Amino acid sequence: MNLVLVAEQTLNGLQLGVMLFLLAAGLTLVFGIMNLVNLAHGALYMVGAYLAAYFYEATGSFALGVVLGLAGTLVVGIAVELVALRTLYERDHLDQVLATFGLILFFNELIAILWGRAAIYSTIPAYLSGHVQITDNLRYPLYRLVIIGVGLAVAVLLWFVVSRTRLGMLIRAGASNRAMVAALGVDIRLLYTIVFGFGAALAGLAGLLAGPIFSVQPGMGELILIQVFVVIVIGGIGSIRGAFAGALIVGMVDTLGRAFLKPVLSAVISPTAGDAAGPALASMLIYLLMAVVLAFRPEGLFPSRGS
Amino acid sequence: MITSRTWILAAILLLLAAVPPVAALLQQPFYLDLLRRVMIFAIAAISLNLILGYGGMVSFGHAAYLGIGAYAVGVLAHHGIDNGWLQWGLAIGASAVVAAAIGSISVRTSGIYFIMITLAFTQMLYYLGVSIEEYGGDDGMRLKIRSQFSGLIDLNDPTAFYYLVFGILVLFLYLTHRLVNSRFGMVLQAVRSNEARTRAIGFSPYPYRLATFIISGAMCGLAGALLANQTAFLTPEFMNWTRSGELMFMVILGGIASTAGPLLGAAALLLLEDALQGWSVLPKWVHEHWQLYLGVILVLVVLFARRGLAGLLPGRERND
Amino acid sequence: MRKSTVSLRAGLVAAAAFSLFAAAPASAQQKLKIGFISTFSGPGGVIGADMRNSVELALDHLGRKVGGLETEIIYGDDQQKPDVGKQVSDEMVKKHQVNFVSGVIWSNVMLAVAPSVTQAGTFMIGTNAGPHQLAGELCNEMFFTTSWQNDQTPEAMGKHMQDAGLNDVYIMAPNYAAGKDMLTGFKRTFKGRIVGEVYTTVNQPDYQAELAQLRAKNPKAVMVFYPGGMGINFLKQYSEAGLRGQYPLYSVYTVDELTIPAVKHAALGQLETRYWSQDLKNEANVKFVGDYRKKYNGKTPSFYGAESYDGIMLIDSAVRGVKGNLADKKGMIATMRKADFKSTRGKFTYNQNHFPIQNYYLLKAVAGPTPTSDPVMEIQKTVFTNYKDSYGKDCKMKW
Repeated sequence: MNLVLVAEQTLNGLQLGVMLFLLAAGLTLVFGIMNLVNLAHGALYMVGAYLAAYFYEATGSFALGVVLGLAGTLVVGIAVELVALRTLYERDHLDQVLATFGLILFFNELIAILWGRAAIYSTIPAYLSGHVQITDNLRYPLYRLVIIGVGLAVAVLLWFVVSRTRLGMLIRAGASNRAMVAALGVDIRLLYTIVFGFGAALAGLAGLLAGPIFSVQPGMGELILIQVFVVIVIGGIGSIRGAFAGALIVGMVDTLGRAFLKPVLSAVISPTAGDAAGPALASMLIYLLMAVVLAFRPEGLFPSRGS
Repeated sequence: MITSRTWILAAILLLLAAVPPVAALLQQPFYLDLLRRVMIFAIAAISLNLILGYGGMVSFGHAAYLGIGAYAVGVLAHHGIDNGWLQWGLAIGASAVVAAAIGSISVRTSGIYFIMITLAFTQMLYYLGVSIEEYGGDDGMRLKIRSQFSGLIDLNDPTAFYYLVFGILVLFLYLTHRLVNSRFGMVLQAVRSNEARTRAIGFSPYPYRLATFIISGAMCGLAGALLANQTAFLTPEFMNWTRSGELMFMVILGGIASTAGPLLGAAALLLLEDALQGWSVLPKWVHEHWQLYLGVILVLVVLFARRGLAGLLPGRERND
Repeated sequence: MRKSTVSLRAGLVAAAAFSLFAAAPASAQQKLKIGFISTFSGPGGVIGADMRNSVELALDHLGRKVGGLETEIIYGDDQQKPDVGKQVSDEMVKKHQVNFVSGVIWSNVMLAVAPSVTQAGTFMIGTNAGPHQLAGELCNEMFFTTSWQNDQTPEAMGKHMQDAGLNDVYIMAPNYAAGKDMLTGFKRTFKGRIVGEVYTTVNQPDYQAELAQLRAKNPKAVMVFYPGGMGINFLKQYSEAGLRGQYPLYSVYTVDELTIPAVKHAALGQLETRYWSQDLKNEANVKFVGDYRKKYNGKTPSFYGAESYDGIMLIDSAVRGVKGNLADKKGMIATMRKADFKSTRGKFTYNQNHFPIQNYYLLKAVAGPTPTSDPVMEIQKTVFTNYKDSYGKDCKMKW
């Protein structure tokens, strides 16, 4: 187990964390500010992946695919908010869970009707493929470095918006005390729509980044959704900082666990223990982590103040 | 107190009781199986309604007890123990113990955290089930011989099995009704509606919640044992979080905190799934994309039937 | 008061329904009913679609009359869940009273469905899943399969890699029963050195971490089992990590006609073992593949489709063998045992346990006919001729 391998796996963990952050940020904002449990967040991720892949194929330009995919997801997100979700804000979480689950079924089938059930073709454009030689022994895929870069840039952007702009101030205020913000004369419905649109765009971005390296098929959102929920619970609901921390932690723990748990167990206990328990334990790891965090700090690591 | 709701519930139960003779008359034995499956899930939904509806604890991990109950039967049968009393006893007992363990940690949290932590535990149990090869892993286990009750009842007789499940359903409906309307149940519901005030009066929520959680888990364990006998097969899929989600939907769809709710919800969801896929009256494009229509129906029910299907029935529930 | 009204109403409804049923005339000519269970929703739905397309094509080729009888086909969706599959099979057997239940993709669904169907005295014609229990101690005269026994395909791969003298092989599969079976089957015939055996989480989307581990071990070859979406992810990432040129990639059930359109050139050079390929040159297969392409927009069928097509043809031969007398089950068993029908794999015979004894080929994904078309799988050589599965000896049936 050499240093180069550890370094590479750390980069992998960072990349997974950054993807989870993009999804978690949108979800935690929506939950924190609008108090809306949105199971269909994964559906927006799927829409982003599909639209970007489709436009790339149709126009031949990856950049155009990204722009149109992002715009398209934003439109779909806002449409869903206006049509289906508006009425759910006042309802309790159970109703929201049921309704957004219904939306998941609806979107998965809609995508299956439009593009078929088989996974569609998506790929990295030539100028983003290949490797970067980081050190003498370590080379890392360029595309994944791009993902890390984009994710960190978005994190900085979000931090800037939330802490340095008026919109961010409204968002933070809304997360602490919704009623007061409305009472102060802010158009709360417009705020909600903007926030939801933001979240949808982030999910779409995660989707279009993931499309080229993952399989783009109906139901792809559900595979990653559970990890996203784990992230926002660990990080603290309504908090972008929490989403960032939570995402990086989950990304690292999951990746390093999958990579090193079996060899470590095999070396420390015995090879058969490593074989038997390694893979199973690796799958359970993030849930164990979540249970531990909840046991000691139920509000999460960086709870948004005042909820 | 007998309200108009009680009569309607009685009517539904009567219809269910009439299914075996009617099915025999119409030579459609399949409906016996279908409705028996509906009733088993209704029993699981009733147990979930206890903590979710009345207790306000949204557990995303309830399917774990279906799995534990089923595996109790399967594992004992695998090692040659076919005695139904032992199997079902273990199903209930093991579920209660696991519920106590999970509950002691989870019940301290609430809201989304409770949802997530119960989900986490279920996922861990699911991965555990998948990795134990002795008991089939994710291939699952066949139940070669159904639970034996030393001649008292033969579960291989579809009608006898049906009435046994029916009897358990009625029993659990009654038990839930009594529990919820007892002093214990009153405190539980008070905790759900206003925890601070309940504390102020001097009740600590924790023991009430935990007790309810354990009872609910045990009841669901029995449903798991029944399910194992119903399909004569069990897999870790029984414990999957999507299965938990289905149970939640049955409870929410039927109307939380209502006696008939879980039964209506289970019947509606399962029969709707069956109908959307196979009812010859519907066109082919409904069959092929039935999940789309199911999704739309769920959204519509939430938007327009505020208190679930039970909310559409006339009369008010005593605890509303 | 209300209670009596309700029960009176219920009684009237029951009486009306009964009279309707009693009035229905009994049909003169015997109709053949076939139930086909597969996954038609969710991610597995793409396989079910291919199977259904092939079944429909088979029915077309037979003029919608299987064995000369008017045929009704009923499709059921198992949603990839064993208990739903069992309920669907119960519905087919008890409600629709089908003569044959066929299909089933997944082993765990098959283990729930097959015993219950055969116990009810109905034929079960499996067209994909081949769990070893059904090939061994649970073999049954009412169960036939047109697919294979799960272990045979990896055994063939193991034999090929063994014969090729490969050593230092790195093997990977998802951590569930089928995954473990695949690698066990591989190790049964491959006796070389294995430098790594890795089980990943089911439906895990990202293999970057595992690929880094793989590179660190520097094997001479890689052998994996990643069905469906997992395969698409793995292949894309393997290719993009630049490993295609470095380590030859072998696999079982990872690359097929259903997943190639999603990965395209990333699949080039992939080597798999299989009992069938779209370029097999026998009469039935040429017709099957050609007509499939014509009917379904130029799509190429996969082996899932080929097995399902054969399933219908097997049933056709059975019914013809007893001249349409569906009550003669013993006669149909005897006919099916002869495997006397034009299969898409060519001539084959049945083993004791009603599993086929057939050839296994090494397939490679090569460039398609035109520069823009997808890669196609083509046979490179025959690995096994008339290969029997390893569980037949546990089956107690003798004939």
